[in-house]
Amino acid sequence: MATEKIRGAEALIRALIAEQTEYIFGYPGGAIMPVFDVLYDYRDQINHILVRHEQGATHAAQGYARVSGKTGVVLVTSGPAATNIITGLSDAMMDSTPLIVITGQVGSSLLGSDAFQETDVVGITQPVTKWSYQIRRSDEIAWAVARAFYIAGNGRPGPVVLDFAKDAQTGLTDFDYQPCQFIRSYNPYPAIKPAEIDEAARLINQARKPLILAGQGVIIAQAEAELAALAEKADIPVGCTLLGLSAIPTDHPLYKGMLGMHGSVAANIKTNECDLLIAIGMRFDDRVTGDVNQYARQARIIHIDIDPSEFNKNVKCDVSVLGDARAVLQALLPKVEPARHTEWLESFVPCEEAERVKVIEPEIHPQKPLMNMGEVARKVSEATGNESILVTDVGQNQMLSARYYRFKHPRSLVTSGGLGTMGFGLPAAIGAKIGNPDRTVCFFTGDGGIQMTIQELGTIMQYGIDVKIIILNNNFLGMVRQWQALFFDHRYSETPMLNPDFTMIAAAYGIDGERVATREELDDAIERMLSHRGSYLLDVQIDPDGMVFPMTPAGACVTHIMLNATEKYE
Amino acid sequence: MTDKTLYTVTVYSENQVGLLNQISIIFTRRQLNIESLSVSASAAEGIHKFTITTYSDRETMEKLVKQIEKRIDVLRAFFYTDDEIVFQEVALYKVPTDKLLDDSRIEELIRKHNARILEVNRTYTVIEKSGHTDETQALFEELSRYEVMQFVRSGRVAITKSTVEHVSLFLQEQQYRQNQL
Repeated sequence: MATEKIRGAEALIRALIAEQTEYIFGYPGGAIMPVFDVLYDYRDQINHILVRHEQGATHAAQGYARVSGKTGVVLVTSGPAATNIITGLSDAMMDSTPLIVITGQVGSSLLGSDAFQETDVVGITQPVTKWSYQIRRSDEIAWAVARAFYIAGNGRPGPVVLDFAKDAQTGLTDFDYQPCQFIRSYNPYPAIKPAEIDEAARLINQARKPLILAGQGVIIAQAEAELAALAEKADIPVGCTLLGLSAIPTDHPLYKGMLGMHGSVAANIKTNECDLLIAIGMRFDDRVTGDVNQYARQARIIHIDIDPSEFNKNVKCDVSVLGDARAVLQALLPKVEPARHTEWLESFVPCEEAERVKVIEPEIHPQKPLMNMGEVARKVSEATGNESILVTDVGQNQMLSARYYRFKHPRSLVTSGGLGTMGFGLPAAIGAKIGNPDRTVCFFTGDGGIQMTIQELGTIMQYGIDVKIIILNNNFLGMVRQWQALFFDHRYSETPMLNPDFTMIAAAYGIDGERVATREELDDAIERMLSHRGSYLLDVQIDPDGMVFPMTPAGACVTHIMLNATEKYE
Repeated sequence: MTDKTLYTVTVYSENQVGLLNQISIIFTRRQLNIESLSVSASAAEGIHKFTITTYSDRETMEKLVKQIEKRIDVLRAFFYTDDEIVFQEVALYKVPTDKLLDDSRIEELIRKHNARILEVNRTYTVIEKSGHTDETQALFEELSRYEVMQFVRSGRVAITKSTVEHVSLFLQEQQYRQNQL
């Protein structure tokens, strides 16, 4: 094939274009300038979003990846830029988000000399990436980029770092791009073993009280239809992990709510009553299991996952089925016999009723003047016809918006699950809107979380991005305050916050908004927000005493559920 | 650590820069101390073999090996107890030559322990012994009664007793997978 000599920086951009990259989230600097210089010539073929901090670039790329299923691309310089991306890499690693982060690096002759803005990027990033590679020669670029896309986006997705030495950016190379289709040491889609399918089907067909736990693996594998088909065919209730939310519509009759610490009473109680757990694309995080030694001991467990290192990591399973969730469910479905579990499903009702009376009603229809987070989340969700994408920050705002939002479509929730990164939300919301411009993006945050990455309002301004920002403002670091109230004798150490006027900050960035102090103003304000063209900020004044319930205290048994500060579910 | 078993981990990987770091941080995360380590080429061209020993329990080892295999450039990783492998270490001892000449018992020691002399000069003599840790340690302790100027023991090298060559099979499977594309 005919090739031509081009500079390494151009080879990188052309390789990104060859992989259908539409957006790069980035920030220029000394050691990556040759690439930004080439980008100037390719403005018509690839869009660059200039964020305000490199951490924001990674979270924006995560938001983009999570709503679109595509790989998010980040481009930053060396040294401090490279250290600023570590949070985003860790977050993407925990939450299986496909990212390619390209960092500039000093010239290869300077490596190891403590040169200006040099940092050991590969060494720092190896523990928090799926793959991390230093490109030292221009000739490696096409190979490394092809491999990076293959690794980031296939199998269990994850972040990849390409550390790009400056002389490799300026050196000449032949450019002949071939996508990667094979890595000897990595098989992203292992062949499904019929014996594992047969054994799983046998357990499902025998089960009288089965329960499905659906995780993000269902969404990544686009197995939502197969999940619903399995649940419906064998009449199996479904609980979702936080990241699995929207894998099945909220109003599906077999959907029994979120799992874990702030999940639904029924899903958690029934975990310890079922005779079979079918875990699909989830990893038994401690926020889901509580005390693993008291978790589902009575049940047989089928664990379906594409990552073999998840099997028996936290919870011992009886049958492990290795493979892509969709491929596994497609193989499994014909072997599953139709069944009815009416009595089992009816046994969920008392739990659901207790939660409705003790938790949900007081949260969304409070008999007090001050507003709750849950009621705001439910109102916004319903005002969008439950059609919008929910992006959250971390803390009470996250748990309550995830609990009270309703989902019709997959890929409708973007949140930081495994790492719990405050400050994730605002840049992730920007990325989510870019990744799915046709849907309304509603971003719920707290007065703490938004201030961790508030400079990204500048990114919204510069690109005219339409994100609806709802600050659930209680002038406290609410989740920490909740733990202090419940477990630290109300000693509110360093959780009260003196906050700025967020609407004035938004106004400075040309973003309209308003402060909502009373319930009477709320509906109209939401309406104004949603009908407004462009971003809009609601600063909603929330009851500082509000808490997230139900709650299973950290390390307690999954059935130890607090319905409020004084009452435990019996 | 006395309640733990000594396991031998073997890792087969591509020859990429930084592999050792990727593997060692997985030990670090689980607070596992690496007792010995050796890295060399394997029988398969271009594939490197790490042999690592650590004290742990079976459940931890199962998780550890899967975490190692999860690294992209790692082909396969295994763990073994001592009865599943043939293994060896080599030790070198530097002793003052005058001590060797003054006392004929050192020569007897060398014979008794099946050790051999690699280099002799007026100042020092270098003795080599291969064997299991307890064997090389026994010679060290006996020589120490005279004087040992330097002592070093290599990492363990090990070969499985299994009649199946898992890595060769793995490579065949991958070749088949590539041919299917």
